[in-house]
Amino acid sequence: MNNKFRVFLKGIFDVSPLMIPVVPFGLIFGVLSIDIGFSPIETMGMSLIVFGGASQIVLLQLFSGGASSLVIISSVGAVNSRHLLYGAVVSEHLSDLKLVWKIVISYFLVDQAFARSNEYFKKNKDKDKYFHLFGGGITCWVIWQTTTLLGIVLGAFIPEKLGLSFAVPLTFLALLVNDFRKLINVIVIIISGLVATFGFNYVPYKAYVIVAGVTALLTAAILTKLNKKNE
Amino acid sequence: MSNWLLIIYCGLITFLTRFSMIALLKKEMFNDRIREILSFVPSAIFPAIIFPAIFLDNSGDFQLENNPKIMAAIIAMLIGIISQNIIATIISGLASYWFLIFMV
Repeated sequence: MNNKFRVFLKGIFDVSPLMIPVVPFGLIFGVLSIDIGFSPIETMGMSLIVFGGASQIVLLQLFSGGASSLVIISSVGAVNSRHLLYGAVVSEHLSDLKLVWKIVISYFLVDQAFARSNEYFKKNKDKDKYFHLFGGGITCWVIWQTTTLLGIVLGAFIPEKLGLSFAVPLTFLALLVNDFRKLINVIVIIISGLVATFGFNYVPYKAYVIVAGVTALLTAAILTKLNKKNE
Repeated sequence: MSNWLLIIYCGLITFLTRFSMIALLKKEMFNDRIREILSFVPSAIFPAIIFPAIFLDNSGDFQLENNPKIMAAIIAMLIGIISQNIIATIISGLASYWFLIFMV
């Protein structure tokens, strides 16, 4: 078997278990987007163009709350800033790639594929290793597009009474499960939540996500510093 | 701005973050301190989506009484802390929410 294809398959294989939580996420996105008033084509377009779960849900949430485009776009940017953390980690493994490949891989670089390929890159040094990330990314892509489409179709049959919009906070809550056990994270979570809730009606332009995020991040900076002094 | 333009801009900013990760950023550009703070981004941003969606109603007013979302979110959080599992967290939250609105 061609080595590139072998590494590509390995990427698919490694990322597959991480796809289980993506299924309800994609379905919820599809259902909600229709519910909020986006057309099926726009909903599919979001999954194809943005291809990022958290970004798309934030887009929906703020759009339905009547936020301006500028605020929606900068909030999506704020949500994505968490990715800058891994950038440095993965870039050293991909520095020899041609620009075209870097562009292609950037589109497919979602959390799940990153997590698995980063482990693979640490152990494997062969020159085709980026096909691992490509395989993992395409797997995420197929699952995300399929579940979005299913959500669009199902959305027509799901009664509003089910209150599926509650799935949005639940999904984000689920993404934080690892942080509930750490004291500094818990404080940061509470600060962000309180600022956003109380600022919801008062922060201009519905920029409460950004204001809450910045306040909470500053809190994290102060607390981690204090924590080090006490050690 | 049209919906399509909004979608394209959100796609661009998402793409550019990812592109900067693999093409522009270098390991040396982030010291341990910046990495440490960036690791708090999910804890700092996600609650800004979670809390208003639970505690406020559609018009942005506080809804603290007769609000099944609060109890359901607490149950989901506890299940999440115990199980450390994303699907279990979502399902337990939705199930308890439906239980509270349809059965109680």
